[in-house]
Order: sequence, then C-alpha cells, then structure tokens
Amino acid sequence: MEEKEILSNVPEEEVVTENVETAEDLHGENLNDRVRVLSPGMMVAKRFFRSKLSMVGLVMLIILFLFSFVGPMLSPWAESGEAIQDKNPGNEIVLADRIKYYTEEGDTVIAYEITVQQPTINKRGDLNSEHLLGTDDYGEDIFTNLMLGGRISLTIGFVVIILETLIGVILGGLAGYFGGWVDNLIMRIVDIISCIPTLPIMLILSATLTSLGILDISRLYYLMVVLTLIGWGGIARLVRGQILSLREQEFMLAAKCSGLSTSRKIFRHLLPNVMPQLIVSMTMGLGSIILMEATLGFLGLGAPLGTPTWGAMISAASKMEYLSGYPNFWIPPGICITLAILAFNFVGDGLRDAFDPKMKR
Amino acid sequence: MVKYVIKRLLLSILILVGVSAIIYTLVRLMPVDYLENKLAASLGSAGSDVEYETRLAEMKAYYGLDDDSFWGICKGYFDWLINFCQGNFGDSWKYGQPVENVIFKNMGVSFAISFVSLILQLVIAIPLGIKCACNQYGKLDYFATVLTMIGISFPTFFLGSILIKFFAIDLGWFEVGGLHSNLPTTASGFTRFIDMVWHLILPMFLLTVLSIGSWLRYTRTNTLEVLNADYIRTARAKGLSEHSVVYKHVFRNTLIPLVTLLAGTLPSLFSGAMITETVFDIPGIGNIAYNAMLEGDIPFIMGYNMFIAILTVIGILLTDIMYAVVDPRVKLGS
Repeated sequence: MEEKEILSNVPEEEVVTENVETAEDLHGENLNDRVRVLSPGMMVAKRFFRSKLSMVGLVMLIILFLFSFVGPMLSPWAESGEAIQDKNPGNEIVLADRIKYYTEEGDTVIAYEITVQQPTINKRGDLNSEHLLGTDDYGEDIFTNLMLGGRISLTIGFVVIILETLIGVILGGLAGYFGGWVDNLIMRIVDIISCIPTLPIMLILSATLTSLGILDISRLYYLMVVLTLIGWGGIARLVRGQILSLREQEFMLAAKCSGLSTSRKIFRHLLPNVMPQLIVSMTMGLGSIILMEATLGFLGLGAPLGTPTWGAMISAASKMEYLSGYPNFWIPPGICITLAILAFNFVGDGLRDAFDPKMKR
Repeated sequence: MVKYVIKRLLLSILILVGVSAIIYTLVRLMPVDYLENKLAASLGSAGSDVEYETRLAEMKAYYGLDDDSFWGICKGYFDWLINFCQGNFGDSWKYGQPVENVIFKNMGVSFAISFVSLILQLVIAIPLGIKCACNQYGKLDYFATVLTMIGISFPTFFLGSILIKFFAIDLGWFEVGGLHSNLPTTASGFTRFIDMVWHLILPMFLLTVLSIGSWLRYTRTNTLEVLNADYIRTARAKGLSEHSVVYKHVFRNTLIPLVTLLAGTLPSLFSGAMITETVFDIPGIGNIAYNAMLEGDIPFIMGYNMFIAILTVIGILLTDIMYAVVDPRVKLGS
C-alpha cells in the first residue's frame, strides 16, 4: 500500500490520514486501521518536539542532569558523592593586591602588593589535564565540585517545586471548588504571601538561622521549607482560577448527577484539566527556585560552608581576590546556573505553546 | 469605582497587618541575647556603667525584647504596630537614626539607577517588540527571543561579576565600588558628578539588560494579539498604509497593558536593587537594607519591609485602576 503522509500545516487537521480513499473503497474494513488519530497528548508532544528552542532546552537539561548525577561517578576526585582533596603539594600562590590612589598633584598611581604562599596541598591549582578547572581552596577539584553542586542545586529545585505544587493544588483546589468563606480565607492568605518580599524574608531567615547556630546541612532543609511556604501562592491562584471556570461546565454537572464523591470530582475530573497550566508553571518555577538558591549562595547565606552548591561556589566572586585572580572559581558555576535556568525556560515556553490549542504552527 | 477602591484599600490594610506579623515573628525567632548584643552595640559599649545598664533595660522593654515567650512576642508585635500606626518607626540600631531618615536618605541613588534603567528598557523594548511582532518568526524575531531568554536567565550577581571582571578590572574602563573615587580635594562639582555617573553606568547597564527581556516579550505578545484583531483588518481594508496601521492603530492598543504593567513596577523603583547594589557596593537603600537584615536590626527590618509591602500593595491597586482608566472597556468591581 502506498504511504502518503500528509503532514498538515493547519493545526485543526491534526488527524494524519494515510491513503485518502472514498467510502466505497472501505467496504467492510475498519476505519481505524486506515486513519491514525492522534490523542491530545500525542498532539502536544508533536508540537513540542517540532519547536527548535524547546528541543535545545530539553537537550541542555538532559546534559546537565547526566553531568550532575552520573558525572561524579566517573570522576577520580570524588568518592561516594563527596569530593576528595588533592594531597600533592601545589604550586606557590602569588597574590597581587592592586591599590590605586591619587597623589596631591592629581596623578594616578597604581601599586601592587605581592604575597607568596607555599601550600602543602594542591590548592588553587592551575587548570591542567588532571584538574580540568583547577582546584579550590580546600584542594578539591572544581570540576568535580561543579558536578556535585549540580546534584544539590537541582534536587533543591525539584523538592521545592513538588512541595509547592502539592500545597498549591490542594489549597487552590479547595478554594476554587468550595468557594464562599473557604475561598475567601485561602485567597486572603495567598494575597498576604504574595506581598511578602521574597529576598528580604530569605535574608532574615538566614540571619535567624545563623544566630540560632544552625550552620550544618539542616540549613538547606529550612531553606527549602521557607521557599515552599512563600512560593505556593502563585500555583494556588492558578489552580483556583481554572477550577472556578471548569466547575460551571457540563461535564461537572454530569459528574454531580452520577453521584461522585467530592474528592473524586476534584482529583479525577477537575485537576487533570488544570495539568497543562500546572506543568508549564512548574517548569518555569524550577528555574526561579534554582536562581533563588544561587542568589542566597552568592550572598554567602545558602548552603553551609564546605557543601558544594552552584550558588555557594559562585560566592567566590564576591571577593575581589577571586573575582579578578581566579575566574575558574566562579565562572563555571555561573554558566551552569544560567544554562539550567535557560533550559527550564526554553522547555516551559515550548510546553506552553504546545499545550495551547489556539497556537498556530 | 469609589466603592471598589475603598474595598481594596481595606483589604490592603489586612494584607499589611499579615505581612508585618509574619516578618516580626521571623525576626523575633532570633535568640534574645543575640538581639540584645546588637541593641547594646547601637547604644555604644559603655561597659558596666549604671546609667548605661538602665538605658539598655529601658530600650529592651521598649522593643519588648525582655519577654521571649509567645505572648511576649505578641505583645512586642502589637506595641510595634501601635507605634507604626502613629508614624513612629523607631531608630535603626545599626545606623543610629530614625528609620524613615535612613530610608529616604539612601533612596536617591537607588531611585536614580532604577529610573534611568526603566526608561532605557522602555525605549529599547517597545519599538523592538513591535518590530518583532510585525515580522513574526523572522530573523530579528528569533534573534530577539533568544537574547531575551538569555537576559531573563542570567543571574544578576553572575552578570554583574562578569561586568566588573572584564570592564572594570581587566579593561579598566569603569570604576566600581562605592560612588566616588579618590578625587583630589580641588575637584569641581561637575567633575564629581561625572565621576559618580561613571560609577553608575555598569549597574544601570546590568539592570537594563536583565529586565529588558520581560518588557520585550510582553510587548511582542500584545502586539501579536492586537494585530489579529478585527479593527486592524478594517484599518488595512480601508487602505491605510502599513506605517499608519502599525504606528497609529497597533501601537496605541499595545500600550494599554503596558501602562498597567508600568504601575506594577512602582515598588522596584523605590525599594532599590538589593543584589545589584551589593555586587557594585553602591550605598543605596538595597545595600543598606541588606546589611541591616543580616544584623537583626528589628526597627529597620520592619520599617523597610513595610515600606516595600506598602509599595507593592499600592502597585497592585494602581495596576487595577490603570486598567479602567486607560481602557474604557474595563469596568471595575463588576
């Protein structure tokens, strides 16, 4: 049978027909054998994979994940998920402080203050084939730390977005479905949360944790909890808005007539209809959580000392010494953060366009 | 309309009370002796002086720090709330001045940076966005979309560090750190002004690059929507030139949502760009607040955050009102 695939340019014709025939030719044969009908999910996937930018984003994400989660296993400088020190004596470290001042006559004078250190371990080592990005202050391989840092940064992003979605869906769903005082109460809480300035609140929290003496890994858990608590408002609003409009549609009347329980109506009939918007907002949200973690790390407030996260690694840039002298300390994690956010944005954008039935092309 | 605004204002007060309660509780979770040290530092360490001790005790009682229980924190909060409503924001412990003075004194630089950068963003993004939409999926459109995405994805501190590294340290074109370099005492006012501008170019550039993307995207999406409207088809059908279709009919309608969005940028104009100012070490309100927050300076933290929260609430309200003002099709409160 000759195969003639018509890839339609018009989106309304998402049905791909093979071999157009008249009804008389069909005699007795099942129409389904001849015409391939795409399910809504397949249509979304097709539209998603057709867009170049979302493919770029997806490939970037896969590479980042392999880099972070598989990479450390292949690195000689990591053992059971922790970076190990390079005990070889390193090169001497020459520190030059640039001092600029103005003389009485108005001339500019630049002076350098030179200090030389001889470390016992290979710290602040040069870039070579053994250490692709050199070594840091503790003699650990920066490339390995970059991979390990990716694990923590990406995990934080996923944990927070999943928790946010859970809270947002449940509370937003309740508000939208029940309306009345439940809706009023929940939405006022959301209003308050959306008015809290995020960065200041995180700074205060960090100061509070420091003053309480919480300096170990549990800092990250508190951070995640608070990021979740101030982040769920947006998702709750989205879910509520969708459910408010869906609730009035005929299929809900049908659900009500068949005597379904409330939870079944919400979770089986309403929520699946919110999924597209939810997935898009989760993807976009992941980027912003990674950015928040990195920002706190940069300010020296996120992960505890010695835990490699992308944000903690880039905080080296806040000291002039590293900023000018050791770009290998902070440029690689910065690039990783940017790529991760970019990838999530590309994929989110692609998904939004793919889910949108009005979207042409 | 008036009824709607009054209702929204009452709701705003409720929101502000909620926000302040949350922030106050978070600050008060710090151990009391930690806060006491900060308070003591602000009074000047006079040692075992009796007068100093009584003064410290007085201040502790004033800020409600002597009671760390749940009810103590509640009482401290309501004391603060009553003072706040009376317009008494307290003295900053770190800066030793009334909170409102600290805020208004340092707001100028922050406002200047944000304002100039906002103007730049609008001047570049709106024409570019319209151009992109008119040639949808063209080369320029694709290029602008990718650039926009990169701009949105760049973390502020990373791009800021790169700018400092390459333009200030390696190339030496700009000065960074503070607002003034060590100019000779004889320098004229004009030289000083130029020097200050020289320090502010990189931060302004940074802010512009980072925020231009969202304006561009917004303009593009809106213009696309307007271009598909019936009245644009009518305009074309009656034989108007493409130029007048785009710049008269499309442009004006594109501006409607943009004007409302502009009202929403109010908080960011006045509250300072915290990270940008920290990276470039500019003594603006963001940087001042950053340092105060790390030190547990309760009066300043509360004052500053309430300042932002009030601006945010006003921004949201303005956005809604602007909708009705700019677009006669929108009716509020229905």
